[in-house]
Formats: sequence, C-alpha cells, structure tokens
Amino acid sequence: MDKNISFTLKVWRQRGPKAKGAFETYQMKDIPGDTSFLEMLDILNEQLVNENKEPIVFDHDCREGICGMCSLYVNGHPHGPATGATTCQLYMRRFKDGDTITVEPWRSAGFPVIRDLMVDRTAFDKIQQAGGYVSINTGGMPDANAIPIGKDVAEEAMDAAACIGCGACVAACKNGSAMLFVSAKVSQFALLPQGKVEAKKRVKAMVAKMDELGFGNCTNTRACEAECPKCVSISNIARLNREFIKAKMKD
Amino acid sequence: MWLFNSSVGRKVVMSVSGIALVLFLLFHMSMNLVAIFSTEGYNMICEFLGANWYALVGTAGLAALVVVHFVYAFMLTIQNRKARGSQRYAVVEKPKNVSWASQNMLVLGIIVILGLGLHLFNFWANMQLPEVLHKLGMHVEDAVMADVANGSGYIAKTFTCPVYAALYTVWLAALWFHLTHGFWSAIQTLGVNNKVWFCRWKAIGNVIVTLIILGFFAVVVAGYFGLGALGTIEVAAPAACCAPCC
Ligand code: HEM
Ligand code: SF4
Ligand code: FES
Repeated sequence: MDKNISFTLKVWRQRGPKAKGAFETYQMKDIPGDTSFLEMLDILNEQLVNENKEPIVFDHDCREGICGMCSLYVNGHPHGPATGATTCQLYMRRFKDGDTITVEPWRSAGFPVIRDLMVDRTAFDKIQQAGGYVSINTGGMPDANAIPIGKDVAEEAMDAAACIGCGACVAACKNGSAMLFVSAKVSQFALLPQGKVEAKKRVKAMVAKMDELGFGNCTNTRACEAECPKCVSISNIARLNREFIKAKMKD
Repeated sequence: MWLFNSSVGRKVVMSVSGIALVLFLLFHMSMNLVAIFSTEGYNMICEFLGANWYALVGTAGLAALVVVHFVYAFMLTIQNRKARGSQRYAVVEKPKNVSWASQNMLVLGIIVILGLGLHLFNFWANMQLPEVLHKLGMHVEDAVMADVANGSGYIAKTFTCPVYAALYTVWLAALWFHLTHGFWSAIQTLGVNNKVWFCRWKAIGNVIVTLIILGFFAVVVAGYFGLGALGTIEVAAPAACCAPCC
C-alpha cells in the first residue's frame, strides 16, 4: 500500500477564453498514493461542488493513455514529471508529503484556453484534415504479408503512429511549434507503401496548414521528444524536413 | 517562395547559411594558425587575398550570408514568440536533453555579431578596406597602406591588449555554444538525420566546432603571451583601447 500524502495544489482558474485567469490554492489532505492525478482532481471537484463552488474544468476521456485529452501542465512538465506517460497515468505516489503542485493549462497561441485547464486543440484536427489520411483505394483486405514491409520500417511507422495528438509537444516548445505531432502523422504514412503514393501532396498540405494556423518554426531544442508521453522521436522531424524539401525540389 | 513562406523553408535558409559560415570559419581558422608558425607566411596569405577580385567576391558573399542569417534569425524568433503566446508558465523545468545553447541561439548570435563588428574594426578596417579605398582612387595615409598586408602585426598588436584578448575569448565562447547546437541542428533541418546518425552528427559537429574554436583561440593566446612566431614581433603602439592604461 502506498502512503497517504497531504499537499498544496495551485490550480489555474479562468472563467472563459477572454477572462483574466489566476492561480487558486487548495489544501489536499490524506490522498492515497495510488490515486491517479485525475482522480485526485475528481476528489477536489467533489469537495468544491459540496461547498457550492465551481468545479475545476479539465479535459479527460479514456483515462488510460490513449485518447490524448488530459492536457495538464504539472510542475513545469506537460503530463507531469513522469516520462512516457500521460496525466491520467500519473499517480500521486510520485509526489511527496508537503509538496506544492502547480497545475496549468497548455500555454501556446495555437491552443487558446477555453476554461480553467481546458484548451482548444481543434488546430490539430485541422492539420490532420489537411492530409493526414490515405485517400486512394487500397482495395480489399490483402493477404497477410502480400506486401512485404521490413521489420525496422514497420516498427518506425508504428512508433510514429503511437502519437495520440495530445499537444504536449506544442505545450513544451518554447517556439510553439507543432513539428513533432505533424512529423509523426507524416511519417506513419510516408514509411509505408500505401502512404507513399500521396506522400508529397500530404507533407506540403500538412505543413502549409500548420504554418497557416500560426505554429512556430522548429529550432530543434528537443523539448518535445523529452515531454512526449509516447516518446515520439525527433528523427520523425528529420523525415518531415526531408520529405518536404524533396517535394518542393520536385516542383 | 517556399524558402520564405514555409516554416521548413525558412529553417533551410538558416541551415544553409549557417553551414556555409561554418565552412568559412574552418578555412579562416586554418589560415590563422600559420601566424603562429611564420609571420612572413601569414602576411603572404594576407597579401594574396588583399583586395583582389576573388577576395572581394568572397567578402561580399560572406556579408550576404551573415545578413541573410541575421535577418532570418530575427524573423524566426519574432514568429516563434508570437506562436508561443503572451501567457507564460508559472513553473518551468528544463528537460535534461535540452541544451542551454538551443534555447539561447538568438542571444548567442547577437554576441557573435557584436564580436564580428569588433573584429572588422580591428582587422578589416586596417587591411582590406584601405586597400579598396586606395584602389578606388581615394587618399589613404602611406603608413596605413604600408601595413595592409601586415596581418601578423595586427594580430600581435590586438592581442597584446588584455581587454581585446578577453573580448575575443568571450566571442569565441559564444560562437562555440552557438555552433555546438547549430551544427547538428542544421543537419537535422536539412533532413539528413535519423536515430542512428543523430549521435554521430552530434559528435562530428562537436569535434569540428571545438577544433575551429581552439584554433582561433590558440592565435589569441599566442598573441597575448608572445608565443611562437608572434613573439618575434615588437609591438610599438598598443591597440587603441589599451592606449590609456598600457
Ligand atoms: C559566424 C557566424 C555564425 C555561424 C557560423 C552560425 C551558424 C549557425 C548554424 C549552423 C545554425 C543552425 C541552423 C539550423 O538550425 O537549421 C544557426 C542557427 C541560428 N543562428 Fe547562427 N550562426 C552565426 C551567426 C549568427 C548571428 C550573427 C545571429 C544573429 C543574431 C545568429 C542567430 C541564429 C539563430 C537565432 C539561430 C537559430 C535559428 C534556428 O535554429 O531556427 N547566428 N547558426
Ligand atoms: S508527438 Fe507526442 S506530444 Fe506531440 S501530440 Fe503526439 S503524442 Fe502528444
Ligand atoms: S485521458 Fe485519455 S490519454 Fe489521458
């Protein structure tokens, strides 16, 4: 059994997109170590509701690290101090008795705050809609291994496809750049024969959308890959650059 | 034009101009090392370059590279600050793999360009510039003209001054930080990278960049302490900044 801990929680509260926000402080008592971070917020919200106060608004859905909704910036890290894990996979045993835990929303011009800790991440959907799909007819389900794909290539494509579109890379980036996300989406297709057909069109469309939406220019600081809950590598960014430069050279 | 309109294109411009400048630095450093071994040899190189057409074309090319790199650096930084937004985090913790240099490229670059200004004032303004002015038919003092290829003399004169030696050391340190991030970053931007080559490029970059900076620094040290061939030069008048104190 994990020990129970008591700590101070500083949470960003903001009534709406235009409202001025501020931190509010809450004292949390005797929270068991095996409580997840989001369950801890549930406990707090229940208290707030019982006291007739507005509960804290935060995004969440699957609570098992696959939907990418739980966009919380905890103690200076997107998804908190754990590596390779989302906020919903973060447990209170990571923190010590008497700690002060600061919770902020993603802060980037591309992800405006909707309320409290919830931000608007439709920009990612727009980038995805610009080309993150295969639109050719690939026919019916082929026999297994009818199209041979090298093990290492398949692995790299799978690693890129692990991206859950959570936006931690943008939240971590001092340049507000979405390159890690876009490069993962470009790579998962560019590596495979079904995706190669439209690779040039795709990379140009997705980069153009990313730029149009005002995301920054990547300067390779590597903060994104350090904070990515799915450990997506910046080698994908090199591939994106390569694909983009090749496509533009062809024009 | 994609080199201007797209984020990846803008980075390509930064990258190509940066790499070209690194290649120039490699050449410049190798040339400077000669001064430690033979002052006549070094002055011969200065004479050979001087204000000949190829040296002037080279200088103009370099100036263009610096201007492009500088203008794009500011453009990128302004866009990135805008993309980041005005709301800052209350708590920031830098992940271990993020190098300090990578987050301070603009500041480092500004130190580099200030150092470049000083360098042009110490050397170029006494060497190539008067020769060009002379060629254009303007009046240049005979004493100045006599020394336009005396690179060794100017090295000795500049670096015997402790203030200049210190300023050049700071300049070289800033350049080292700028390039330890810049080199592999430029390769990454050009897309010539993957998981295996990532560490290799970083190592190659660190070796090249450290050699460049050490080479330049050796000349500063030799000038300051009067080592090697540079020790044979009598410095009559100390460099301007030291005149009051030395
Ligand atoms: C001899 C002088 C210089 C050399 C050799 C040099 C080299 C480089 C290289 C190789 C890069 C990496 C490019 C990339 O990541 O794609 C770079 C980036 C950068 N340089 Fe320089 N640089 C020099 C001077 C300057 C100056 C004067 C400034 C102006 C303030 C500057 C500002 C920057 C900035 C802000 C970046 C980061 C931009 C980015 O990564 O997108 N540099 N430099
Ligand atoms: S690349 Fe990583 S950090 Fe960025 S959106 Fe995908 S999973 Fe999240
Ligand atoms: S709630 Fe789905 S990833 Fe965290």
